[in-house]
Amino acid sequence: MAGITLENVTKAYGKLEVVHGIDLEIAHNEFVVLVGPSGCGKSTTLRMIAGLEDITGGEVRIGDRVVNDLPPRKRNISMVFQNYALYPHMNVRDNLGFGLKIAGHPAAVLEERVAEAADILGLSDLLDRIPAELSGGQRQRVAMGRAIVRHPDAFLFDEPLSNLDAKLRVQMRAEIKKLHTKVATTVVYVTHDQVEAMTLADRIVVMKDGYIEQIGTPMDVFNHPVNTFVASFIGSPPMNLIPAKIVGGAVQLSDGTTLPVPSRLKELVREGQDVVFGIRADDITPIGHGIHEARETTEIELEVDLAELLGSETLIYSRIAGQEVQCKMFDPRDLAPGERLTFRLSLDKAHIFDAASLQSVRAH
Amino acid sequence: MSRALKNKLRAAGLWFATFLLMVVISVPGLWVVLSGFRPNREILAKPPVWIPEKLTLNNFAKIFGFGQDQVAIPVLEYFRNSLVIAGTSTVIALIIGMAGGYAFARFRFRFKNTWFLGLMLFRTVPGIALSLPVFMLWSRLGIIDTKLGLIIVYVSLNVPFTIWLIDGFFRQIPGSLSEAAQVDGCTRWQAFWRIEFPLARSGIAAAGVFAFLTSWNEFALASQLTRSTDSKTLPVGLMDFTSQFTIDWAGMSAMAVVIIVPALILTFIVQKHLIAGLTFGGVKG
Repeated sequence: MAGITLENVTKAYGKLEVVHGIDLEIAHNEFVVLVGPSGCGKSTTLRMIAGLEDITGGEVRIGDRVVNDLPPRKRNISMVFQNYALYPHMNVRDNLGFGLKIAGHPAAVLEERVAEAADILGLSDLLDRIPAELSGGQRQRVAMGRAIVRHPDAFLFDEPLSNLDAKLRVQMRAEIKKLHTKVATTVVYVTHDQVEAMTLADRIVVMKDGYIEQIGTPMDVFNHPVNTFVASFIGSPPMNLIPAKIVGGAVQLSDGTTLPVPSRLKELVREGQDVVFGIRADDITPIGHGIHEARETTEIELEVDLAELLGSETLIYSRIAGQEVQCKMFDPRDLAPGERLTFRLSLDKAHIFDAASLQSVRAH
Repeated sequence: MSRALKNKLRAAGLWFATFLLMVVISVPGLWVVLSGFRPNREILAKPPVWIPEKLTLNNFAKIFGFGQDQVAIPVLEYFRNSLVIAGTSTVIALIIGMAGGYAFARFRFRFKNTWFLGLMLFRTVPGIALSLPVFMLWSRLGIIDTKLGLIIVYVSLNVPFTIWLIDGFFRQIPGSLSEAAQVDGCTRWQAFWRIEFPLARSGIAAAGVFAFLTSWNEFALASQLTRSTDSKTLPVGLMDFTSQFTIDWAGMSAMAVVIIVPALILTFIVQKHLIAGLTFGGVKG
């Protein structure tokens, strides 16, 4: 049983602080994904948990133990590196068994555990190969195998899929998810890819510039972003964000267009407040081409600038009040640039952020 | 002229040029080895005898003190001195080179680039330019004409090079390998010996060969700093064959062969470690 607790953890290189007081509680067997753009401190945070970086301030606990001053080998964690970090001079069997050998386990245990891991990951036929003779996906699996043979308290993944091509990435993503159900263990997973975060996580931790912006389930983070950063980072395409002002109880855009304030947010906005109106592409759809039953809608006529056919849907680029927005057409038909269509906005899915703080008005 | 013929002619021309170049490079060496097996009379013959009429081991017997005519040159002692001096200085230079190369490749510290530049600048000073100051220093310290004195000189000559070469090899090994090993349960020291050292072995072997050959072949400084049978190395010993009026070319050539052979053997032994590319495949390139 081991969860991981971070309490006011900071990291500084000299005077430059890169992680500013992070608090995070990870439950036993939970799959937590740290996600954010490069330089947001997510890898540094992971490496502090692993013991590969010194902790400047605060406390990291694995289970009940404070591990701040323990070297990596005493933390009972496993890590999968971005470049796999397989030992090039050892075959797959020795790569898998290396940790157990160092720990001084008898040969019989070593063999049994290596066989078990190889079986789980489908590596049994590759045990005598060296890493240079493996494909990218196989190397990835060996790296994961090396992590599971030691039965650690937690797995740490540092962008494990970013070196794979798109197709393999989707495949390995599913394998990681399956692995977690087979080998129930606490997982901390770092990625810059919000799709990976959404698909894998029990809980997502969105980070930016060394701060945690939001912690929540994928649904939570997707449906209720606390600020414009999370709104535009999570979800693809990013949420449309349009500057506006609250005038006469309505959202007034820069060109004078007004949209009703969603009823659930009515109490939360002030007259005259500068705001950012946020709405996802899925929630701006031509009439008759939407997906969900919106309870609260408004209509707007827009001109099609560009239509990208994606198969089951078409991504439409248009402008609202001079600002480029992306809309979606489900069950699509052919569109010509310049064509004008009436779109339905699902207001119950819309968001309003304060323009000064960029925080969601719901957050106050 | 057809294209095929043209290509053939060009290839033939290139091969001929290669052959000429190789002749220029190898003939002096071959001539020395050949002379080691010929009587002095034949070496000095005018016009020169190109194809030896008979080969003999007499020269070797002579310098090692067997047979009828002997030369009073303690080749075995010289050989032992050379081995001790070159061997010891190589081992020390390698240890320092590994520590230094690893530090330069892995750690960040103040004035790192300045240190590195300093080491490289040290390489640009011709060794012979140091001979007089070193001679004076060593004589004050009382280590002139000792193996120790020469070992110190060779270590300091070789260390910048070994650090530079080994640093390059450690740089090619991703830091994440050592980190993975540490997460897998190794101490930093274990991670080094079990993972990083085996991967850098080819570089370390190369540095070792170069350091050994530098010390083994060095003449200028050794001839200044050694005097007696206790410390003279083989290349210095070669000078014993020149007397006031004559030079014993046959003996000298035989001894040159004695100098060349261990160097060749060493290179052949280490050669298999010189195959680079071991690091490929462990990490995504």
